[in-house]
Amino acid sequence: MTPRPWRVTGRRRETADSWTLDLEPADDGAPMSFLPGQFNMIYAFGIGEAPISISGDPGADRPLVHTVRDVGAVSAAICRAAPGEVLGVRGPYGSAWPVAALGGRHVLIVAGGVGLAPLRPALRAALERRRELAGLTLLLGGRTPADLLFRDELEELGADPRLELAISVDSAGSGWRGHVGVVTTLIDDLDLDPARATALLCGPEVMMRFAAQALIGRGMDRGDIYLSMERNMKCAVTQCGRCQLGPAFVCREGAVMRYCDIERVLGLREV
Amino acid sequence: MAVEGVATTIERGAFDGLLTAIARSGYELIGPTIRDGAIVYDEIATSADLPIGWTDEQDGGSYRLRRRDDEALFGYAVGPQSWKRFLHPPEVTLWRASRDGDGAMAIESCEDGKPSYAFVGVRSCELHAIAIQDRVMVGGEHPDPFYAARRDGALLVAVNCTVGGGTCFCVSMGTGPRAGPGFDIALTEVIDGGRHYFLCEAGSEPGAAILAAVEQAPARAAEAAAATAAIAVAARHQGRSMEADGIRELLYDNYEHPRWDEVSERCLTCGNCTMVCPTCFCTTVEDSTDLAGAEADRTRRWDSCFTMDFSYVHGGSVRASARSRYRQWMTHKLATWIDQFGTSGCVGCGRCITWCPVAIDITEEVAAIRADAID
Amino acid sequence: MPMRSIEQVLAEVETFAGLERRHLDRIAGCGHNCGFAAGETIAREGDRADTFYVIRHGRVALETPAPAGGPLLIATLGDGAVVGWSWLFPPYRWTFDARAIEDTRAIAFDGACLRGKCDSDHELGYVLMQRFAEIILDRLQAARLQLLDVYGEPAAG
Repeated sequence: MTPRPWRVTGRRRETADSWTLDLEPADDGAPMSFLPGQFNMIYAFGIGEAPISISGDPGADRPLVHTVRDVGAVSAAICRAAPGEVLGVRGPYGSAWPVAALGGRHVLIVAGGVGLAPLRPALRAALERRRELAGLTLLLGGRTPADLLFRDELEELGADPRLELAISVDSAGSGWRGHVGVVTTLIDDLDLDPARATALLCGPEVMMRFAAQALIGRGMDRGDIYLSMERNMKCAVTQCGRCQLGPAFVCREGAVMRYCDIERVLGLREV
Repeated sequence: MAVEGVATTIERGAFDGLLTAIARSGYELIGPTIRDGAIVYDEIATSADLPIGWTDEQDGGSYRLRRRDDEALFGYAVGPQSWKRFLHPPEVTLWRASRDGDGAMAIESCEDGKPSYAFVGVRSCELHAIAIQDRVMVGGEHPDPFYAARRDGALLVAVNCTVGGGTCFCVSMGTGPRAGPGFDIALTEVIDGGRHYFLCEAGSEPGAAILAAVEQAPARAAEAAAATAAIAVAARHQGRSMEADGIRELLYDNYEHPRWDEVSERCLTCGNCTMVCPTCFCTTVEDSTDLAGAEADRTRRWDSCFTMDFSYVHGGSVRASARSRYRQWMTHKLATWIDQFGTSGCVGCGRCITWCPVAIDITEEVAAIRADAID
Repeated sequence: MPMRSIEQVLAEVETFAGLERRHLDRIAGCGHNCGFAAGETIAREGDRADTFYVIRHGRVALETPAPAGGPLLIATLGDGAVVGWSWLFPPYRWTFDARAIEDTRAIAFDGACLRGKCDSDHELGYVLMQRFAEIILDRLQAARLQLLDVYGEPAAG
């Protein structure tokens, strides 16, 4: 329950309000091993903790990479942490993307906004094992091209023959070469064998709900659709009671959950 | 020598000998005592600190102490507090972070040793509540060290209920009134004509060792029968009942029942029910720094699912309406808790009914939904 | 590649898939194949909308001019999409610019011709309106989702 000190060793601006931080242990402890999709509680001195998903490559154990969007006092303080500063980290917590079960599957990653961050480790793991997969597609939605995370990497991925990449933004200038519209319309246009596809979704809950509907509309099984959920969270170990989503704790059964397991709760208001 | 499962009797005159034996074994005595017109749990030294000759009258939104016509030590139901106040305190400093000028940060846990509490007067429902909080706080992958320290050292002296409280419904929930497993010592208070004694059972080795130091006699069949009869009175006189069969499915099927709207018109979302509930465990945290900014504490406090902040995610609260917050509390207590921890979160103590300022009654709400289930 | 008739091409376009032969024939009678090079303007906001297009292959952007920084992209449309509704209703003026952003092959339909046929053959009109209403609904729902500005809210992480 007590965080370990980790030193910021790198900091990159992703968008107007998002930053990626590299962290290395500031104590004698070991680097952290984690599963794609898991998150850490990150502590900014005197300000508080926030659950932040790990956006780094699971294959490389150093540094620990987090991508944070400035949406409140704690996340703002984390975003501000310059190289040399120390943050508290405890974790990793939560469930993982089913990366071990992707063999033979067409892996369809659907990310919206900063939701790409927790999917990045899954994407790296999928690229690593690309030959075992039937296909690999990344559908990415964002507000504008400037709001996309990891733009240099997306540039490379766009040219990577192992991956089919489509990006759709809500609005763009005329120089934009990608799609304009909602990410769900990319699903409608996808070349997809629904029986062989596994979809990994992360983004605003509204976007994930519509994306899941579109995937089901394409014939996908509800059990093959995974979502990364977000709720208020203070402890990350089921004891603060805050992250309940029906019978589930997002910190334990989630953040990554199967659509079939939460469909009912997602359909209810204010649960 | 007291033996587990074999009953003995302790006369009222020897009762302080029991308290002394417990204290001598190194425990801090915590028991019921009267404060501010209510029976609360606090430090006690002798039986004189107990609510001798008092009982409580409870109903929806109502609690009054009343004189008994005898000198019973435990002639009442439960008060506003529960033992969670000691095992899962309302406020705990979790850790302290310090940093020096170079930006180095050290974080140290504020785990504060192991208090050894002896809880005297634990009711059967409360034993169950403690067992439930055990599952929540230390039964999972990440046991809470603060709870664990307090719980490991605690001695539980149960007292079987011989009074049926006005808002009690432990019989419905299968949690009383006779104390089941989990106690170190169980007592049943019997006032029979001019004689005032306690039927005692040890439930553990430490309990047996303490009892062995107390003046006692083997229990005769008539004494055991008198104790059983006294407990049966408590069972018969409970003021509330709830049909608990299939309650999880009932609530899962009725998320949109109009009853939630009705109850939300009365609910003040004050959170009293969550504060008095012996199983409610939810917390928030608060961070504070010293003036120099060199040290920062993280404090955990009880919180309630009735606050707007509880479900806040960037942009707003997930459960903005009173309807959804009452529904969350009751559905958690009676339904989702079962999926989460393998047990109901309700022990039928009735506190939430008594201490609700507008007398919302969980048994009445369940009955209303059951009577008019959507599905 | 053998030349295919407009009727054959139409039958493969999702918008018209499953229509009866006689309806396809009548619709095809108002259409002709056309192509646009990447960057070429297809229609201009405010111009008379006599024509609409069904994209066979390629990509078209709907844009609106903005005072600074060039036109704003409102939506991009791909294979099978219908470009242009303005021919359906008076005053028959384009509400957005349409520009090919890739080399695009399309079928261009004479709006007045098709309107005339629908007026005289209400069954054809009904069938066609049904198809168009479905597309408009999809487009409306997507536009609403876009309006929600969901990325203004943070996702997990």
